[in-house]
Amino acid sequence: MSSNSVLDGAGSPSGTPGAATLLEVRDITTQFRTERGLVNAVNGVSFSLERGRTLGIVGESGSGKSVLSRSIMGLLPRSTTIRSGQVFFEGTEISGLNDSQYRKLWGDEMAMIFQDPMTALNPVMKIGNQITESLRFHLDMSKSDARDTAVALLKAVKIPEADKRFSSYPHEMSGGMRQRVVIAVALACGPKLLFADEPTTALDVTVQAQILDLLAEQQRERFMAMILVTHDLGVVAGRADEIAVMYAGRVVEQAPTDVLFREMKMPYTEALLAAIPKMDDPSHTRLSAIGGRPPDLVNPPRGCAFSPRCPYVQPRCHEEVPALTPSETTPSHSFACFYPVGSPETEAIRLDIAARRLMSTAPTPAQPSPPPFRPDDAPTGGV
Amino acid sequence: MLRPGVSDVAGSGTAHLRGTDDVLLRVENLTVDFPAGRKRKVSAVNNISFDVMGGETLGLVGESGCGKSTTGKAIMQLPPPTRGQVRLGGIDLTSLRGEALRRTRPKLQMIFQDPISSLNPRRTVSQIVEEPLKIWNIGTADERRAKVVDVLTSVGIDPQAAAERKPHEFSGGQCQRISIARAVITEPSLIICDEPVSALDVSVQAQILNLLEDMKARYGLTLVFVAHDLAVVKNVSDRVAVMYLGKMCEIGDPAALYSAPAHPYTRALLSAIPLPDPSAPLDTAHHLGGELPSPIDPPSGCRFRTRCDRAQDLCAQVEPQMRHVSGEQFVACHFPLQDVAEVVVTV
Repeated sequence: MSSNSVLDGAGSPSGTPGAATLLEVRDITTQFRTERGLVNAVNGVSFSLERGRTLGIVGESGSGKSVLSRSIMGLLPRSTTIRSGQVFFEGTEISGLNDSQYRKLWGDEMAMIFQDPMTALNPVMKIGNQITESLRFHLDMSKSDARDTAVALLKAVKIPEADKRFSSYPHEMSGGMRQRVVIAVALACGPKLLFADEPTTALDVTVQAQILDLLAEQQRERFMAMILVTHDLGVVAGRADEIAVMYAGRVVEQAPTDVLFREMKMPYTEALLAAIPKMDDPSHTRLSAIGGRPPDLVNPPRGCAFSPRCPYVQPRCHEEVPALTPSETTPSHSFACFYPVGSPETEAIRLDIAARRLMSTAPTPAQPSPPPFRPDDAPTGGV
Repeated sequence: MLRPGVSDVAGSGTAHLRGTDDVLLRVENLTVDFPAGRKRKVSAVNNISFDVMGGETLGLVGESGCGKSTTGKAIMQLPPPTRGQVRLGGIDLTSLRGEALRRTRPKLQMIFQDPISSLNPRRTVSQIVEEPLKIWNIGTADERRAKVVDVLTSVGIDPQAAAERKPHEFSGGQCQRISIARAVITEPSLIICDEPVSALDVSVQAQILNLLEDMKARYGLTLVFVAHDLAVVKNVSDRVAVMYLGKMCEIGDPAALYSAPAHPYTRALLSAIPLPDPSAPLDTAHHLGGELPSPIDPPSGCRFRTRCDRAQDLCAQVEPQMRHVSGEQFVACHFPLQDVAEVVVTV
């Protein structure tokens, strides 16, 4: 398979993971059997994560970011999923476990917060019992101890009147409160690794800020590692130590957060950031949309999966898949691109696009002012 | 509900309304009540006023439950508001009933949040886009077909390839383009966009926002843009109104409102936005605590006072009126973050 060549250069360390490393993922591939054929949801992803650190995984719908975290946790149905690759948790391989072995890990060692707090909770079970369930199962607590711990957890996630709320049902609470309960359930047994899969996407912006503050606080207190999966570069910018950008099932760029934002190399990352409306830009600033659509994961394009939408595309990009390779200057920064942003080939194209753009943006009658030319703009594809 | 010291008609004031020239839409003292069981009612929108000039885009922002979508629907008379006036081009829509109201519909269109469920799954794209013309009996069959081709092309959908296909064959972004085509085909003067991009990925969101700007220029549209994302709203709007629990807190031009918010709630909203820039400090000091109070039994006086760090006794007793800050900016707050004119009563 072509993905093998990608992984040779992926910079994954060999041998037993070091003591500080909590999670090591090597060459994970996940495919789903569907009527249309095999869906290549995750395609050769490797990374490692230390205790107490946060890895942000960013990508659009269908980039494989949620499948990746479910794949690591062993949550995907076995009958329709083909998995390969290795996952080491505290130095032990967990990718070959069966469901009852996984169940000992779930909740106790690793836990997940899901996107939709409306459906993540059991609607016919009091929220207190949903927390005590795992305490009783994993930690063998007595009923009254489990209840005390659950109330303490509800207080820790800042639910007012925790004692009373213990006997509430999910429908009696708001979305933000429910997400706090989901977090309390996830934190109950003190997991070492927390997956947060779009934890705030269903919530209002003010509630999102509360929940992200809460997660950061709990993570600090418990020295927990976290994988924060989101489509919002804004959410990870302030919260993650390191960011992996996914596109069509692969990690296409990975770097410490400040490095990534300072010198992004992958044209997709650049385009993704440029597409976000900026608070500092004046109203009616024309957005740099990415033309085209994300690729079909049943029949991915030849070569680099982003090549059909990439403004800097070269003939080679349609033929070969670029490997995720560490940067020569900054080894912690890896990207999968033959012609990264800043290379001579892309710079020439960038200037050309900028010049054409400047010429073609004659103001149309109803536009109050012509879109300002910004040299750091990513070029657009056709809308 | 009457409370001591608070008259039921004391709303957020109308100081921010502009003269009648060029005003396409003027909403005054709009209130929308829904029954909440046991003879109680919930005021989803309570006594708000605003106006929109022809060709302007008004952004309505706020959290879930603030009444922004209800406001948009009340303009459409879906359902007609409990109290207040909605004047579109001089006609008070709330006074119209039945056929007279129906006659105004082609001038007033709506684009919804979920593009896939807002299109009939059993019809083809050309049927969906043509239907408004058929209902209004506009043009011959050939003219209608030509118009459908024209409008589909203008929203970036290839009419040849798409016309006979059904919505499920399209992505969310493409379905939203089709919704936009359906909305503009009757050449409306006002389009209410209810969270039109919040179900889309950022790359597609940028395409649709650019498209809306193009459509506005091409068809001379006026938009009321309802959304919760402040950055998106700033990008499309000429004027932004911030709502909280059925009331309007602040209204102004985006540049002033975002750089110097006058209402503590606006500041809290702005501080909560995650910026795609790791060097930007997290403004946790202004993050809102607490929960949205129940709209069935809202706080007296200023509805935001229970979560406001500047609240004083006055805020519980008297509802703040709209006051002039500067330029186009108006705020309904007793202790605003910017200087305000003492009393402004115009109109």
